[in-house]
Amino acid sequence: MVETKTGKITVSNVRKTFTQPDGQQVVALDQVNAHIEPGEFICLIGPSGCGKSTFLRLLAGLISPDEGELLLDGSPIVGAGYERGLVFQDPTLFPWLTVYENVAFGLKVRNTYKEKKDEVPEFINLVGLKGFEKAYPHQLSGGMAQRAALARALVNHPKVLLLDEPFGALDAFTRMNMQDELIKILQQRGTTAIMVTHDVDEAIYLSDRIFVMTPRPAKIESIIRVEIGRPRDRDLPDFLKLRARILQILNFAGKREDIQYYL
Amino acid sequence: MNRRISFDIKTLIPSLSAALALILHLSIPNSRKYLQKPLPYFTTALIITIFVTLALAVVSLFNDRLRKKYSYKSWFIGASILFLNLLNLATIKIMLLQSIYFPSPDRILKVFVDDWQFMLKCLGYSIRLLSTGYVIGAVAGITTGILVGWSKKWSYWINPLIKIIGPIPPTAWVPIALVSFPTTFASSVFLISLAVWFPTTVLTSSGISNVQNSYFEVSSTLGANTVQKIFKVALPAAMPSIFIGIFNGTSASFITLMTAEMLGVKFGIGWYINWQREMLSYANVYAGLIIIAITFSLIITLMFRIRDWVLSWQKGVIKW
Repeated sequence: MVETKTGKITVSNVRKTFTQPDGQQVVALDQVNAHIEPGEFICLIGPSGCGKSTFLRLLAGLISPDEGELLLDGSPIVGAGYERGLVFQDPTLFPWLTVYENVAFGLKVRNTYKEKKDEVPEFINLVGLKGFEKAYPHQLSGGMAQRAALARALVNHPKVLLLDEPFGALDAFTRMNMQDELIKILQQRGTTAIMVTHDVDEAIYLSDRIFVMTPRPAKIESIIRVEIGRPRDRDLPDFLKLRARILQILNFAGKREDIQYYL
Repeated sequence: MNRRISFDIKTLIPSLSAALALILHLSIPNSRKYLQKPLPYFTTALIITIFVTLALAVVSLFNDRLRKKYSYKSWFIGASILFLNLLNLATIKIMLLQSIYFPSPDRILKVFVDDWQFMLKCLGYSIRLLSTGYVIGAVAGITTGILVGWSKKWSYWINPLIKIIGPIPPTAWVPIALVSFPTTFASSVFLISLAVWFPTTVLTSSGISNVQNSYFEVSSTLGANTVQKIFKVALPAAMPSIFIGIFNGTSASFITLMTAEMLGVKFGIGWYINWQREMLSYANVYAGLIIIAITFSLIITLMFRIRDWVLSWQKGVIKW
C-alpha cells in the first residue's frame, strides 16, 4: 500500500534536562543516538525514570532537546505535527465529541475533511468500532476508547506512530487482541512505530528492535534485534530466551530491588 | 395502544380543593368592614379551575403517563388552591390582614384583567433591557475569560482588575453609571452587563486553565494550530464551567435589572412595581411580582434546556 519509504528517524547526541521546582537540574536523557528505518517497529523498554517517555515526547515535538538533533526523513523535528501521531496510555478522547467526530478531528483541523471524509468510517471499521460512531467516549470500554484513539491518530496517515504505553491500562485479553490488530494495521500501512512499554513480553511480541533503556544516566543501554518470524508465539524457546536476556540486562544495569518492582 | 381505563382517586384532589374554595367563597358573606364592591374574578377563576382539573382527571383515566404525572402533582396543586382559599378567607371574609397591603385574590386578578396590556408593555421593556445587557455581558465575559485563561500576558494585566472590580456588587456602580452614560437605558445595560460579565469571566478562565494538558498535546499532534486549540479544545472542554458562570450571572442580572428599573429607567416591570407601590396600589404590586416570577422562572428553565442540549455529552459522566 505504501511504496514511498517515509518515516526514517535519526537521533543524534540528544540531551534533555529538566529543572525541578527546587531548582535542581535533572538529566532526563543523555547521549542518545538512534537510527530507525521506515516501517520499523521499535519498543522502548526500561524502568521508570529511564527517559522513555521523554524520548517519545521529543520525537512528538512536544518538547525540544537541549542538545543534539532529531530528524524525520532528514528534516529536523520542530514542534508537534500530524505526521507524528501520538497515542497515550489514557485514550484522551475529547469527551464532548462522538467517536466519529473524534476520529474526524485531525482531518477537520487540517481542512482536509471534505476530500477525505470517506476515510473516517474506514478507520472506524479498521479498529473494529463499526456501530459506535455516535457513541460518546464515556459510553465506551477502556479497550474501545483506545481503539478510537488509535483510529484518530491513524486517520492522519502519520509517517510515525508514537505510542506511550497504549495498552498499559487494558486487561490481558484485550491487550493481546489489540497488539495483534496494531501490528496488522502498521504492517499494512508501512508506518514506523515507536512504543514505550513496561511489558517485556509485549516488546518482544511486537518489535523489530527493542531499545533497552536504563536510568542514571538515562540512555539507551543496548539495542536488541528480535529475529523471530511473525506471527510470533509467546511460548517458543527463542521468545523465552530473548526475554531472559532482556531481563538480565535490566537487572544488571539497575539496582536489583528497584527493577523487580517494575517487572 | 392500551385503551384500558384506570382510575386514581388522587387525580380528584385539585378539583375537590377548588370546589371547596368555591363553596366557601360563595357561602361566607364578605366581612362588614370590607367596603369595596364585590368582584366576580375569583369565582370565575375557581370555576375555570374546576373545569380544567376535572378535564385533566378525565383524560387521566385513559392516559397512563398523564395520570402518573398528574396524581403525583395532585397534592401540590390541591394545596396551592387551598392556600388561595385561605388567603381569600383571610382577606375579604374575616379581614385578618390589612386590606391595603394584602389585597384579596379578586383584586389581584382584576389588575390582570384591567391592566394586562400595559403590564405586557412593561415586561417587553424589561426583557429588551435584560437581553441587551445580558448578551453583551456574556460575550464580554467569555472573551475576557478565554484571554485570561489562555494567555499569561492577558492574565497578568487583567486578573488583578478582575480581582478588584469583580467583587463590587453591580448595583454599587449606580451613581457612576447614571452620570457616565447618555441615557438611563445605556447605563442600565452597562450595569447588567457588568453583573453577568464578572462570574462569566471568572468561571470561563478557571474552566480553560483547568483543561487537561494532554488534550492540547493530542490536538497538536493531530495538526491543530493555536486558534483551533482555543476554539475546538479549550472552549468545549471549559463549557460546563462556563455555564456555571452564566447561571451565576443570570441571577445577578435579575437583581441588577430590578434595581436599575427602580432607580431610573422608565417603564419596565420593576419600574411598574415601584410606581404602584408609591401609589399604594398593592394589588398591582402583587400582579407585577407574579409576572416577574413567571418570566424569570421561564428564562431559567430555558437556560437549563440550552445547557442540557449543549452538554448532552456529559450525560452519564456527571449526576445532574
